[in-house]
Amino acid sequence: MSKTVAVQLQVNGATHRLEVEPRLLLVHALRDNLGFTGTHVGCDTSNCGACTVHMEGRAVKSCTVLAVQADGAQITTIEGMASDGQLHPLQEAFWNDHGLQCGYCTPGMIMAAAALLAENPNPTEDEVRHGLEGNLCRCTGYHNIVKAVLDAAKTKGATVAQQPEVTA
Amino acid sequence: MSTGEASTQATRIAAEQTDAAPAPSNHVGQALRRKEDPRLITGKGTYVDDINLTGQLWAAWVRSPEAHAKIVSIDTSQAKARDGVRAVYTHEDLDIEASLPMAWVPPGIEVNTPDHWVLAKGEVKHVGDPVALVVGDDRYEVFDAAEDVIVEYDPLPVVTDPEKALESDSPVIHEQFATNKVSEWSLGGGDLEAGFAEADVVVERRIVNHRIAGAAIEPRGVLADFRADRLTVWSSTQIPHLLRPFLSMLLGISEDRVRVIAPEVGGGFGSKLQVYAEEVGCAWASRKLGRPVKWIETRSEGMMVTHHGRDQIDTVRVGAKRDGTITAWHSKILADIGAYQMFFTPMIPELSAFVMCGVYKTPAVQTDVVNVMTNKFPTDAIRGAGRPEATHMIEVTMDQLAQELDMDPLELRRKNFIPPFSEGHETPIGVVYDSGNYELALNKLLEHIDPAKVRQEAAELRERGIYRGIGFCTYTEICGNAPSRIVGPSGFGVQGGGWESAAVRVHASGAVTLYTGTSPHGQGHETGFAQIVADRLGIDPAQVDVIHGDTQAGPWGLDTYGSRTLAVGGEAAARAAGKVAAKAREIVAHQLEADPADIELREGRFSVRGSPDKGMTLSEVAGAAYAPENIPEGMEPGLDEQSFYDPENFVFPFGAHACVVDVDAETGKIDVVRYVAVDDCGPAINPMLIDGQVHGGIVHGVGQALYERIHYDQDGQLVTGSFVDYALPTAAEMPSFETDRTETPSPVNSLRVKGVGEAGTIAASPTVTNAVIDALRPLGVTFINMPLSPMRVWEAIQEAKGGVAA
Ligand code: FES
Ligand code: FES
Repeated sequence: MSKTVAVQLQVNGATHRLEVEPRLLLVHALRDNLGFTGTHVGCDTSNCGACTVHMEGRAVKSCTVLAVQADGAQITTIEGMASDGQLHPLQEAFWNDHGLQCGYCTPGMIMAAAALLAENPNPTEDEVRHGLEGNLCRCTGYHNIVKAVLDAAKTKGATVAQQPEVTA
Repeated sequence: MSTGEASTQATRIAAEQTDAAPAPSNHVGQALRRKEDPRLITGKGTYVDDINLTGQLWAAWVRSPEAHAKIVSIDTSQAKARDGVRAVYTHEDLDIEASLPMAWVPPGIEVNTPDHWVLAKGEVKHVGDPVALVVGDDRYEVFDAAEDVIVEYDPLPVVTDPEKALESDSPVIHEQFATNKVSEWSLGGGDLEAGFAEADVVVERRIVNHRIAGAAIEPRGVLADFRADRLTVWSSTQIPHLLRPFLSMLLGISEDRVRVIAPEVGGGFGSKLQVYAEEVGCAWASRKLGRPVKWIETRSEGMMVTHHGRDQIDTVRVGAKRDGTITAWHSKILADIGAYQMFFTPMIPELSAFVMCGVYKTPAVQTDVVNVMTNKFPTDAIRGAGRPEATHMIEVTMDQLAQELDMDPLELRRKNFIPPFSEGHETPIGVVYDSGNYELALNKLLEHIDPAKVRQEAAELRERGIYRGIGFCTYTEICGNAPSRIVGPSGFGVQGGGWESAAVRVHASGAVTLYTGTSPHGQGHETGFAQIVADRLGIDPAQVDVIHGDTQAGPWGLDTYGSRTLAVGGEAAARAAGKVAAKAREIVAHQLEADPADIELREGRFSVRGSPDKGMTLSEVAGAAYAPENIPEGMEPGLDEQSFYDPENFVFPFGAHACVVDVDAETGKIDVVRYVAVDDCGPAINPMLIDGQVHGGIVHGVGQALYERIHYDQDGQLVTGSFVDYALPTAAEMPSFETDRTETPSPVNSLRVKGVGEAGTIAASPTVTNAVIDALRPLGVTFINMPLSPMRVWEAIQEAKGGVAA
C-alpha cells in the first residue's frame, strides 16, 4: 500500500475524515469508503456522467476528481437531494414522467440537471438537451428525462440544491 | 404524452374474460408511476458494486493485446510477489472440465463449435481473450498486479473480414475445423424459382448490418461467495435462473446449493444474456480461496469482452411484378460471429429468417445463413437479435424496390400488406403470425405525419442547401419466446424450453408477494406485474410486492430477453393470480353459503353476485385460509399458488414508423428532425412503460444507423474500445419522439398482449436509413449502408457527383 493522505470531505452536510491513497478517485472514496453508493460508475473515460455529484455547488464527474483534490470541499450526492422525506422537485419529476428505467444513469442525470437548472432556471428543450450532453442513458432515449427536467423547472424550488450552503 | 388516448380506445378490443383473466381492470391499462422508482431516484438501489462482503477480494483479468497468437509463456511470479495479491491463475490452474456453454444444437445441422475456456488455453483468438486471473485485497492494486503478469505471445495471422475468412487461403482460427465456416442453415417456403421467373423486376442489394454494442450504462459485475458448501453469486445479469445450472455443471456443485441473484441491474439490451467467463472464474476463485471474490468490469473491458451484436453482410434479392406485387424474396446472410460461440451466438442470425416475409404477402421466401468465425469477440443477442437485421434488409429493400418501380414506397407497402387477421396467418415458411392489422398502424402513423407536407418543406429547404428526407418502415417481429415445442431440441434446436413461472403468495395478513421467474433490468415489471395481479385479487398494486432475480426466492424461471417478459411471464403471473382468486372464491362461497360461480370481484371484495354487501376482502380470505377451521371439506389450507406457462405460439407485435432527417450536403452531417412511431403490442398494461420502451428502443436503432459501430482494424485491434470512440447518442442529438399505438389483441395469451422491448430498435434503423436515402436522392445517391457517419454520407455524395471520394 502506497502512502496515504488525510482528507476531509463534507458530504451532504456531514464531515468525514479519511486516509486515502493519492490516486483514489473521489467516486470510489464516496462509494467504497463512505457508502454513498447512489453515485455510479459507467465508464473510464469521463463520458457517461453516471458519477456526477456537486462539488462546491458545481456539477463534477467524480470519476475525474481525485479524493485528495476534493479535500475540504462540500459535496452533494444523490443521497443529499431529498430532505425531511421530501423529494427534490427533480426526483419527483423523474418519477412522474418516467424519466428512468434501469436507474443507473439516474443519480448522475438528476445531479447534472440540478446544476443545469441552478444556472438556467427556465431552459428551453434544446438547452436541456445540450446541457445533459455529458450524461449518457441507454434506456430512456432521453425523451422522458428531458420532459422531467422541463417539468421540474416549472416547480418551485427546483433550482435550489438541497444541500449545503455554497461558499465557493 | 402524445399518445392519442381516444383513438387508441377506438381500436382497442377488450380482453376476453376468462378464468385466467377475470380482470375487472381497475389498474391494468393505467399509466401508473413506477413502484421501483423511489429507491432509484434517491440513490438507494442496490447494484452489484454496491454490495460488499466481509473478507472480500478483488479480481482483475490479464487480457490479450493480440487478436490471434500462441501463448509462449506466462510469468506470474512478479505479480504473485506483490503485497496483497492472494493468487494468480492461468488456464492450467483452473480445474474446470467443461467449456462455456453454447445452447443451440439444430437437428441435422453441423455447427463447428470450438471449446471456449474461462482462461485461454494455448492460444488467444481475439483482443481481450483472458489469459490470467489475478485476485487480491484491493480494488486498485489488482490492476497493478495484472500489469506485472508477463505474457509472451507468438502472433499468428489474423482475419477480421468475414468474406475473406471463408476463402481457402485465409488464416484458420480453430485449426481442428480446417475452416472458419461454422454452419450453414436455410429456411424457405414456396417456389422461389417460379417466383423470380414470374417477376418483372428483380432488385438486389448488398446490405451491411454492422457490429454494435449493447452498452448498458452499468458495466457487468460479479460477486461470488462460496461458503459452507454453498455458492452465492450476485451478477449483473439478465439470466440468473439460466446461469445457475451452468455454474452448477461447470463447478460441480449441486444445483440446489447454487444461488444466483441479479440485484438491481443497470440495463442489459441482450448484452447480459450470457454465461460469462468472469462469472464462472470468480465463483471458482471464491471456492478455491474460501473468500468472496468481486469483479467489476471497466468500460474499456466491456467494449472488448461483453458480447456484440449484428455484424451481417446480407445479400437480398426481391422479385416483383410491375404493379409492385412481390413474387419472391431471397436473403443470404453472412454472419461474422467472432472467435468463439457463446450462449446463443450462432443462433441469432437464424432468428432473422422467421420474419423474412415482414408484413407482406410473399409467395416464396428463402433465407440462407452462413456463420463464420473471425478474430473478434463473439456476437450474440443485442436488442432485437436477428429481427433488426431482418427488418433492416426488408424495409430498406422495399424502398429500393419502390425506387426501381418508380412507385410511392407507402403505396408499394399497402399493395403487399397481409390483410388484417386476428386468429393467425401462416407464412410460406410455416411461421404463424398471431394477429396483425398493418394498414391500421400505417393509417394511424399518417394521422401524425403528412409525407406531402414534408416533401414540400424539403423543396423549400433545398434552396438553402439542406436536404430533407422522409423514411418509413412497416414491420412485424417475433417475440414472446418461446413455445417449447417449436424452439426445443427437436425443433429449432435450443437445448431447453421457453416457459415461464410465477408464484403468488397471499400472506396471512392479506399482503401479497408475486415472485416472477423473469428478471427485469429497467423495464418496470414490478409495476406492470403488480397491476396485473392486483386486478385479479381486488387489491391495489401498491399491495403487491414483486420479487425477481433470486433463484432462491421462488420457482425456477427462464429470465428476461427477447421481449418475452410480459407475454410469457406476465401471463404466468396472471394465471397464478387466477388460481389464487379461484381458491378465494371457493372459500368465500363456502363461508357465505353461495355457489363459487356466483362469487365476483367487486370494489376490492369477493362478493356474492346480486348481494354486494355479502362478501370478503382478500385479507379476510387469507385469514380463513391460514386459520382453516371453516374452509371447504378436503381443501388444503393456505393461499399460495404458482403457474408454469408454456405459450402455444410466439406473439408478433407490429407497427409503422416514420423519420424526417436533414442532411447537410457540405459536411454529410445528419439531423434527426422528427421521429414518429406507432406500435401495436396489444392492449396496454401500462401505456407509460410502453412509451418508455419505444423511446429507448428507437434511440438504440437510430444510434446504430447514425453513430455507433464496433470497429476492428485489419489486425484485429478494437478501434472503438471506449465511450470516447463508441458514439452512443446523447440527448443533444435526439429529438423528442411522437408515439402512438393501435391495440390489436393477440389470441395467444389471456392478457392478449405482445412484447414491446425491442420493437423500437427493430423499426428504427431502416426508418432512418430510408429517410437519409430519400434526402440524398436529389444528389444522385440512391443507396447507402449504415453507419451513416458524416464521412460516409459525404463520400456517397461526392461519388454520386462523379467526383472521387477521398
Ligand atoms: S463514470 Fe464518470 S463519467 Fe463515466
Ligand atoms: S435509465 Fe438506464 S441508463 Fe438511464
